[in-house]
Amino acid sequence: MLTAFAILTDGLVYAAYLFLVAVGLTLIFGVMKILNVTHGSFYAFGAYGAATAVGIYVERGLPDAAGFLFMILVAMAIGLVLGVILERGILRFAYGKDEVVIVLVTYAVFLMLEDVIALIWGRESHAAYPPMVAAGSIEIGDLVLSNYDIGLVAIAAVVAGLGYWALKYTRYGRLLTVVIFDRETAAAFGINVTVVYTVTFIIGAMLGALGGAVMAPKISVTLGIGVEVIVLAFAVVVTGGLGSIEGALIGSLIVGLCRAAAVHLVPQIELFVIYAVMALVLVFRPYGLFTQAQPRKI
Amino acid sequence: MAARQKLIGALAFLALAVVAPFAPAWLVSLATIAFANGLVVLGLVILWRAGLVPFGQALFYATGAYTIALLGRYTGMRDVFVMVAAGAAAAGLVAFVTGFLLARYRDIFFAMLSLAMSMILYGVLVKTETLGSTDGFHVATGTFLGYAPQGTAHDLALYWLVLAVCALAALAVATYFDSVAGVLAAPVRDNEIRVEFLGISVNRLIHLKLVIAGLLAGVGGALAALVVEHVDPNMAYWTTSGGFVFVTILAGAGSVAAAFVGSLAFELARSIAVAVFPGEWQIALGTALLLTILFLPEGLGSLVTRLRRPRVLDKVASPKTAPEKPGAA
Amino acid sequence: MSAILSVRDLEKTFGSIVAARDITLDIPPQQVVGVIGANGAGKTTFINMITGHLRPSKGSIRFEDRDITGKPSREITRLGISRSFQVAQIFPSLTVFENMCVAAAIARGASGMLARALTPLRARETLAEADAAIELFRIGAYRDARSATLPQGVRKLLDIAMAIVGAPRVLLLDEPTSGISIEEKFEVMAVVMSALRSRGMTVLFVEHDMEIVSRFAERVLAFYDGTVIADGAPAVALADARVQAFISGTRPEHAEAAAHA
Repeated sequence: MLTAFAILTDGLVYAAYLFLVAVGLTLIFGVMKILNVTHGSFYAFGAYGAATAVGIYVERGLPDAAGFLFMILVAMAIGLVLGVILERGILRFAYGKDEVVIVLVTYAVFLMLEDVIALIWGRESHAAYPPMVAAGSIEIGDLVLSNYDIGLVAIAAVVAGLGYWALKYTRYGRLLTVVIFDRETAAAFGINVTVVYTVTFIIGAMLGALGGAVMAPKISVTLGIGVEVIVLAFAVVVTGGLGSIEGALIGSLIVGLCRAAAVHLVPQIELFVIYAVMALVLVFRPYGLFTQAQPRKI
Repeated sequence: MAARQKLIGALAFLALAVVAPFAPAWLVSLATIAFANGLVVLGLVILWRAGLVPFGQALFYATGAYTIALLGRYTGMRDVFVMVAAGAAAAGLVAFVTGFLLARYRDIFFAMLSLAMSMILYGVLVKTETLGSTDGFHVATGTFLGYAPQGTAHDLALYWLVLAVCALAALAVATYFDSVAGVLAAPVRDNEIRVEFLGISVNRLIHLKLVIAGLLAGVGGALAALVVEHVDPNMAYWTTSGGFVFVTILAGAGSVAAAFVGSLAFELARSIAVAVFPGEWQIALGTALLLTILFLPEGLGSLVTRLRRPRVLDKVASPKTAPEKPGAA
Repeated sequence: MSAILSVRDLEKTFGSIVAARDITLDIPPQQVVGVIGANGAGKTTFINMITGHLRPSKGSIRFEDRDITGKPSREITRLGISRSFQVAQIFPSLTVFENMCVAAAIARGASGMLARALTPLRARETLAEADAAIELFRIGAYRDARSATLPQGVRKLLDIAMAIVGAPRVLLLDEPTSGISIEEKFEVMAVVMSALRSRGMTVLFVEHDMEIVSRFAERVLAFYDGTVIADGAPAVALADARVQAFISGTRPEHAEAAAHA
C-alpha cells in the first residue's frame, strides 16, 4: 500500500518534471516541425541560471518565496535571450532544408552550447538546494512528502492549464493551432508565419529553461544534464504525439508513473523503461497517442 | 559502378595500406578508428538514401563490440577474424529481429524507435554487473590466425585488417547500389506508395537495408573494440548514434567513398579541434559542422562527386534537397 | 465469355461514412469501360479497393477467377492489375528514363528481396523496355528531364507508362486527362488508348469529360452516392435520366452526336 502511494507520488513528481521539459519541445515541433535538440541546452541554461540566481539571493538574504520567484524569472529571461539569439541568428538559415539537416543543426548548436556552459560556469557541479530545503515537508501517515515536489506538480499543472487555455481561447493561441495544423494554409490566410516561428521558439525556450530552473534545486547541476534530459523529453513527446500538448501531458504521466513503478518494483529496468513504454505505444499507435488524422494521399 | 571506379578505389585502399608503416603512430590509430566508424556511416548512407535516418545505430555498434568482448572473456577467443565474424553475426541477428518492427515506421518515428532500442540496450548494459556496468570491461589483444604481433606491429596489423574489411564492404555496397534493391532507395524516398503499386513490399526492402546497415555497424563496433581494447555502455548511448548521423550528413550520400573519407575527415577535424581548443573544441567543431551543413548541403562527398561526370542512375538527388511533392505543377 | 474482373456486393465504409456500396458487376476481357460520377461518388474508392489500396468492408473481388479481395496492392500488381493515379505518382527526383527503368526492372525481375539485391539494374533488356515504353507514349523528348519539371500531360503519360510496363491484363486509369488542357485532352487519350489496345488490355478509366467518355468507352459505369446507377453503352448510359440529373448534364442528342463523331 505504501509502495503504491510512493509510486503515485514519485510518478507525479517525475511526470511534472518531464511535462515541463516536453511541453516546449512538442510546441516547437508542432508549429515549426523541428525536432529541437537544443531544447536540452535551454533546460541546462535554466538550471545553471537558477543555481546562480539561488546563489545571489542567498547571499543577499532575500526571503525564500521572493528568491524562488527571482530564480524562475532569471531562468526564463535566459531562455528568452537564448531563444531569440538562436532562432534569429542560426536556425532561420536552416528553414526549408531537409528535416534531418535541421535536427543536425540543432544538435550542433546543442554541442556548442555545452562548451559555452563550461566556459561560463566551469566544469564543476553547482548546487541550488536552498529553495527545496526552505519549502520543508509534510507528513501523510508514514510518507514524507517534500513541499517542493508538491509545488513542482502544481507548477506543471498550472503550465498545462495555461497552455491549454491559451491555445484554445486566446487569439494568438488559435493562430498557433492553425499553423500547427497546416503551415501553408495559415500563410495563405495572411498569418505571418515567420513571426509565429520566432515567438514559438522563444516560448519553447522559456518553457525549457523553466523546466531546468524548477529542477535545479533537486539535482546536482553539472555538464551533461542537458544530454540526459533531451532524450527523455523526446521519448515523452513521441509517445504522446508530436505537436500535442495533451499528448505531452498524458505522455509524461504514463512515462512518469511507469518509471516510478520500475524504480520501486523492478529497479533493473528503471533506466530504459521509458523507451520500452514508448516502443510499446508506437506498436499500437504508430504516430503516438494524440495525433491528427492523416489525409488521403491518392 | 564502372570498372574504372573500382580500380580507383582499389588503388586508394592499396595506397592507404602501403603508406601506413611510414606514418606517425597516432595517425594510424586515428585512421583505424575512423575507418571502422566509416562502416557504420556506410550503413547509414544505405538507409539515408531511402529517406530513413535511424538515431540508434549505436545498438549494433555496441552489440558487435560487446560480443567480441564477451567472447574473449568467457571463451578465451583471441583470433580477430573469428571475433569480427561473431560480432557481425550478433549484430546482424539483432538487426533482423528488430527490423520486423522498425521497418514499419518512417521519418521521426523510425528515428525515435531506433533511438529507443539503442537506449534499451544502454540501460541493460549499465544495470548489468556481469556486463561490466558503467565501467565496461577490457578487451584482450587480438591475434591474427595464430600470429600475435605486439606494439606497433599489432597496430599496423589491425589497421590493415580494418582497411581490408572496409575495402570488401565498399565493394559489396557499391555492387548493392547498382542492384535493383539498391536503386529502389530513391524511389522509396520519393514515393513509397508508387513503389508498392509497382509490386514491391517496401517494408521488406527496408528490412533488408536495416540488416545490411546493422551488420556493417556491428563489424565497425567489433573492430573499434579491438583497437581500443575496451568496451563500455557509452558505445550504445544516443550521443554515439548522433555522432554517426552527423558524419553521415556531412559526408553526403553520393558515394561509398564518402562514408570513409567523411569519417576520416571528421576524426581529423575533431583531433585538431581538441588539440587547438582543448576547452572549446565542441564550439570549434560545431561551428565547422554548422557551416558545412548550411553552405555545403550535399555534404563533403559532393566535392568528390562533382568531379565525376553524372551517369544514369548514379545521379540520384541528394536526400537533403527535399523532393517536390508529385502533383505540384 | 467469362469475366476477367468480377465484383460482388462491394462496400466500403469509413466510420459512419459509406463511400461505396452494393457494387456488383462483371467486366469481360479487353472491354474499355468509362467510369463517371461526381467527386465523392465512390469512383476512386472503387479503384482503390480493386487495386488493394483499400480493404473492402464487405463483398468480394475476383480477377481471372481468383479471389483478390483485401490483398495488398503489391500482390495485385504482380497478379496483373495495374493503375494510374488522379495525381500522377512518379518519382520526382529521377528522370523520365530512370522512372521507367525502375518500373521495368521491378516488372521483369525475380520476386524476393535478396534476389533483387543481387540483380543489377542496368540490364540491357530493362533499359530497352524502358525506352520502348517511352516511345510508345511519345514522351521521348522528355527522356532525360527530371520528372519533377514535367508539364502535367507528360507527367500523366509517364504515370500510365509506368503502370503498363509490367504487361498487366487489367488497367485502371484514374482521371487520365485531368489537369490537361482541353486542346490536348483528346490527343493524350488517343495516344494512351492506342497503346493499350495494341496490348490487348482491359481498361477502366475514370473521366469527367463526357465527350471523351463517349468517344473512347464501349461501356459506361455511372457512380452516384457510392453506388452504380447506370451501366451500359455510352449512348444509353449517358441518356439515362438520373445520370443526366446528377452527373453529366449532356443532352441525349449531344451524346449521340459525340458517339458518332
